[in-house]
Amino acid sequence: MKRVVITGQGAISALGSSAAANMEGMREGRLGISSLEFQDVERLSIAIGGQIKGYDPEAHFSRQEITLYDKFTQFALLAAQEAMDHSGLELTEELSAQAGVVLGTAGGGLQTQDENYRSVYEAGKNRVHPFVVPRLMNNAAASHVSMTHNLQGPAFTVATACASSNHAMGQAYALVRSGMSKVMLTGGSESMLCFGGIKAWEGLRVMSKDGCRPFSVNRNGMVQGEGAAIFVFEEYEHACARGAAILAEVIGFAMTSDASDIVMPNKHGAKRAMTGALQDAGISGDAVGYINAHGTGTTANDRTECAAVREVFGAHADELMISSTKSMHGHLIGGTGAVELLACIMAVRDGIVPPTISYEGIDPDCDLDVVPNVSRETKVDVAISNAFAFGGLNAVLAIRAV
Amino acid sequence: MSASVKDQMIAIIAEQAVIDPSEVKDEATLEDLGIDSLGLVEAVFAIEETFDIQVPFNANDPAQSEFDITNVASMIRAVEGLVAAGKH
Repeated sequence: MKRVVITGQGAISALGSSAAANMEGMREGRLGISSLEFQDVERLSIAIGGQIKGYDPEAHFSRQEITLYDKFTQFALLAAQEAMDHSGLELTEELSAQAGVVLGTAGGGLQTQDENYRSVYEAGKNRVHPFVVPRLMNNAAASHVSMTHNLQGPAFTVATACASSNHAMGQAYALVRSGMSKVMLTGGSESMLCFGGIKAWEGLRVMSKDGCRPFSVNRNGMVQGEGAAIFVFEEYEHACARGAAILAEVIGFAMTSDASDIVMPNKHGAKRAMTGALQDAGISGDAVGYINAHGTGTTANDRTECAAVREVFGAHADELMISSTKSMHGHLIGGTGAVELLACIMAVRDGIVPPTISYEGIDPDCDLDVVPNVSRETKVDVAISNAFAFGGLNAVLAIRAV
Repeated sequence: MSASVKDQMIAIIAEQAVIDPSEVKDEATLEDLGIDSLGLVEAVFAIEETFDIQVPFNANDPAQSEFDITNVASMIRAVEGLVAAGKH
């Protein structure tokens, strides 16, 4: 088994348009959630989200590229470019064949679907742009990242709702660990902040109208975000040989299925995923200093997640820190685990644990150290990142300082 | 009018519970009827579509919503109120 390290990172979200800006936002405990701005927003009862404001596609891409890139692809390409630049990796023809990309997304090219359904149904047009299909397909982002960076090895997209990114990074980890690939770009992207995207969520009635307050006694639902984060996962010896700066080591991964309910979270599935990641990493729960929670801000998730953490970690649950950065960047759905891995890297590399902001009071069902409102400086050896998706699909990743 | 709201409500609840409308009793709770959280969200949607009203219901914490889901009678009363308010 090969060791797997992270040697590059890139991101864009409501907290900023680079990995460093996102980490800075998390450290400051900045609120990225604001009023949504897009066509027909006045017909929605949910009017807030972690939207990337002032985003101009033409500042980054040519007209021809934009005709092929849905926003979720654009976000992925921006994050991937940053991650590649950050890693300092040069892909020779030989290395290209051993390099790939696995990305997570839930909605894929949802903006493209929304615009084109509007055009044929509402505007009554009978013709759509010829590139609707290559723009909207879920693998478009992974494919364009592979083309831009000449990644000729394994390339695919994972769609497991809110756990997509964690599942994707778990696959990338397995590919490098097994020796199938030397280098994998991995993470996820999402761009669901459009009329149809939010209208669908509104129907489920789990969205908050006034803010994302994970673990807080007065939490009343989730708030969506958008963006992407992408990392370079590299085989350890390869990274050392080229003198790469290592951000963290990926040491364990596990995935489980609740096999119980399509939307309600299940303590046992979450518990088995966390326990599995610890076992895979060969560490005891006591080694974990920080958990980046799934922490959606819904009543059911946060209560279930805290109960699962108590059962997995026992007395150590009162020693570790657990925070939900969704309070700042919103829930990026299929891209969320990727942005949240930044929080884990910041914890193990920089010793800065991001807070759960907008925290307004203790819920007895969530009585863990949720790092309320203000980030904390402390040494963290191991951090885990939780993702528990609709459909009962759970994925937990563990990383360690190097 | 009020009777008609009641009949339509019972029809919506019966459909979710997959039982005959005659079996929907006033004092029955959602649990008695075997309607889970997803069934309730679907029922609220059917109520809003049928009566063209907005039901103040948050699936995160149904007990904290203004929409009283204690039992069949309380839900019918709440919807009658919302329908009446909508007529003004």
